[in-house]
Amino acid sequence: MSILIDKNSKIITQGITGATGLFHAQGCRDYCDTQMVGGVTPGKGGTEIDGFPVFDTVEEAVTKTGANVSVIYVPPIGSADAIMEAVDAGMDLVICITEGVPVLDMVKVKQYMQGTKTRLIGPNCPGVITPGQCKIGIMPGYIHKPGPVGVVSRSGTLTYEAVWQLTSRDIGQTTCVGIGGDPVNGTSHLDALKMFEEDPDTKSVIMIGEIGGDAEEQAAEFVRDHMTKPVAAFIAGATAPPGKRMGHAGAIISGGKGDAASKKTFLRECGISVADSPAEMAEALLKVWQP
Amino acid sequence: MNIHEYQAKAILRNFNVPVPEGHVVYNSNSARDWARRLGDGPYAVKAQIHAGGRGKGGGVKIAKTADEAKQFAREMFGMTLVTHQTGPEGKLVKRVLIEAGCNIADEFYVSFLVDRATSKVTLMASAEGGMDIEEVAANTPEKLFFEAINPIVGLTAFQARKVAFKLGFEIAQVKQAVPLLMNLYKTFVEADCSLLEINPLVQTADGQLLCLDAKLNFDDNALFRHLRIRDLRDYDEEDMMEIEASQYDLSYIALDGNIGCMVNGAGLAMATMDIIQHYGASPANFLDVGGGATIERVTEAFKIILSDKKVEGILVNIFGGIMKCDVIATGVVEAAKQVGVKVPLVVRLEGTNVKLGKQILAESGLDIVSADGMADAAEKIVKAVKG
Repeated sequence: MSILIDKNSKIITQGITGATGLFHAQGCRDYCDTQMVGGVTPGKGGTEIDGFPVFDTVEEAVTKTGANVSVIYVPPIGSADAIMEAVDAGMDLVICITEGVPVLDMVKVKQYMQGTKTRLIGPNCPGVITPGQCKIGIMPGYIHKPGPVGVVSRSGTLTYEAVWQLTSRDIGQTTCVGIGGDPVNGTSHLDALKMFEEDPDTKSVIMIGEIGGDAEEQAAEFVRDHMTKPVAAFIAGATAPPGKRMGHAGAIISGGKGDAASKKTFLRECGISVADSPAEMAEALLKVWQP
Repeated sequence: MNIHEYQAKAILRNFNVPVPEGHVVYNSNSARDWARRLGDGPYAVKAQIHAGGRGKGGGVKIAKTADEAKQFAREMFGMTLVTHQTGPEGKLVKRVLIEAGCNIADEFYVSFLVDRATSKVTLMASAEGGMDIEEVAANTPEKLFFEAINPIVGLTAFQARKVAFKLGFEIAQVKQAVPLLMNLYKTFVEADCSLLEINPLVQTADGQLLCLDAKLNFDDNALFRHLRIRDLRDYDEEDMMEIEASQYDLSYIALDGNIGCMVNGAGLAMATMDIIQHYGASPANFLDVGGGATIERVTEAFKIILSDKKVEGILVNIFGGIMKCDVIATGVVEAAKQVGVKVPLVVRLEGTNVKLGKQILAESGLDIVSADGMADAAEKIVKAVKG
């Protein structure tokens, strides 16, 4: 078992004829034969690129391939439209990798998605991987290993760091979810924790957060009140000055809220094992859980 | 992106939001001439810098006559204004706004921002205008009113009315407040703002509502569709090195410490700063070279770090995913050859092509300390700098 994706997931790539889209579609296909069944680029329907059939619309791609997941590399100007097209086509899961999507576009997308069955991950995220089964996104596959730990994070490379700390200790992962660094996104830390709690194969979780907002605190309340599995965490940005956007649009301390120290304190109060150093994420987990 | 108050008011005026009449000036003679054109005093003379708290620092003054406006403007030009938002180094005043004064009967607070919790634009208002709103939120949260806005229908008249009545307006002012709030929302959405703040919104002695101050911040990711707004960017208000870095698509923020960092990915970059502090030193910067950095970009990133005189050591921390370690290694070697590295350099490489990357560093003949893992890297650079 796993969450969100497994070996049965059938994936299309929106923006497959772009250099980035194609490169990562190939990379995902090469990882454990992930079922990358085609792609969409308006105007290039009916052609083929490196063995991937290309369609003009997502609707057509779904009809012809039976895809249930879409991954989006469309540039920011068209990202919101691409997400809504995938939602309209009835996808179970949409993963938007694109960085730089305007926030107000995402506000509209979230409203548009209400009452639909689709789950959105991202935007501005590395994607999702279920080690040994299915990789959707830009993460390096080989650092992962199948196993019992769920990983959820706003950041890409910091997720790799946590995964690597686990894999080097011979501890594998059920699913690793990069939810993205933007203030308005599809899936929160809380959503991911709920899914990990319900997944029988996930035995413990590492949650990686950042300064800004209060999504980590909401997730921590769930851990305190409902979660039966041990959770370890790290919050990046202890040294970030207020009012400065640290790369991610969401990573900003404003109005004295969202700083790392208060987040860490709250997480600890909720029973989460918080790593003080990013080099100790796996160790923080091993303090509260043994494989 | 931030803009100046006078620019914000010009945008609001285009959306039929009532703001005082005024003009920006670049010298004190113009201050007097524009004051005269505004009619009889008093006039507000306001220093234009990208920071709040200007009044307390002497950056906002009320002049009774045009000559006095000139006098105040002369004092402000060239003055380094220090407020709680500028940092101790302050900001040099180069532009001054001259405005028609008004008789204030009451002050209110209004703002719009994107609320992450609801994923909606939210209207926030309070009758405690002119105050530090963060204090109001902390001490008397019951005095703040919120309306979450459905993006499909926008701010509705009834929502605006609800807020106006809660603020205690008489019906004559409610009738002004409703279109005013709706036009503020329209500005927020059509200009892709990340923050729109009116503090204070005033009711004048003759019952008119007027936006006396205005702060507009824009979503950087949406500037591609607002070229006129993008042109309002004032480079004088920004850090030189941050501007330089942005030209190479590098995300760079100058900090106060002495250990320069170069990292791929925003989260890992923040975490690298944190681990430097964890081992008892301070980072000199945040620098994310991004996922698709080329050798040229890495070289420029290295040059920017080295141009910071505070830097006494450099930590390179790369977890290669899309980014290949050999590209980073080649960039580091290239930059070191071009500019010469006279400070300790610790490099930690992991991920794609790591062996090749380490080999390039080892064969370069440069004095580079290789590290295994983040903790080892941070310990080594802190030790090298502290001696």
